[in-house]
Amino acid sequence: MELSLATRTVGEHTVLEVGGEVDVYTAPRLRERLLELIDGGARHVVVDLGRVDFLDSTGLGVLVGALKRLRTAGGSFALVCDKEPLLKIFRITALDQVFPLHPTVDAAVGAEPTGASA
Amino acid sequence: MATVKLSFSPAPVHVRTARLVGVAVARRAGVREDLLDEVRLAIGEACTRAVALHRQYGLADPVLVEMSDAGSYAVRVVDRAPIEAGIGLAALPPDELANESLTDEALTTGVGFALLAGFVEDLQVRPVDEGVGTEVRMVWPVGR
Repeated sequence: MELSLATRTVGEHTVLEVGGEVDVYTAPRLRERLLELIDGGARHVVVDLGRVDFLDSTGLGVLVGALKRLRTAGGSFALVCDKEPLLKIFRITALDQVFPLHPTVDAAVGAEPTGASA
Repeated sequence: MATVKLSFSPAPVHVRTARLVGVAVARRAGVREDLLDEVRLAIGEACTRAVALHRQYGLADPVLVEMSDAGSYAVRVVDRAPIEAGIGLAALPPDELANESLTDEALTTGVGFALLAGFVEDLQVRPVDEGVGTEVRMVWPVGR
């Protein structure tokens, strides 16, 4: 399935809903969208991976890039994911210790209302 | 024994095709259904690595994927790039993953290797027998 990207705002959080396959071909589009959001002033970004059915190292690299960028800007970055195959990918790469991972958007938004600036 | 060979121009758009073919042949060979996600991811990572190397070295040569089911399901992904440091399997520790000084390429390569090593029990990365290049060989059991 092709990559799909949709953005919505929840309080002071920008939620990016990602669907489909995030791989070496589609990851540049995800990177572009995240950069647009951050350059456009978004400081608290939640990426919802609920509808992602494939994620590879290139996609993970893009997510880490966004995390670093927001950390430098004094913002926050979190992921929403409750699918076991994807969670296993985060565990195997030890990225579960790098990203805040939440089962739902509500949990992600509630967990860090002001992120690093709190 | 059945063999399926696929060779593709080193472009990211074709990696998905390689994944789809790899999983289709795995299913046909009798690889357990619950292993197919891992087969898909591992073939994708091996092909992504090969495509990245060909682009890094400006090589137009195709990447070769060879699948065979002689007793088990074996997949070889062969690139034609000069042997580089990435032949070892080095997983990055968590505190280095988000380190500012780590480049995106280094991170993606490290994470890709971590996924290959984590998902494929029987994994070999070695120079090709003839000519220049590296072969990533992955084997999965078949449930027959």
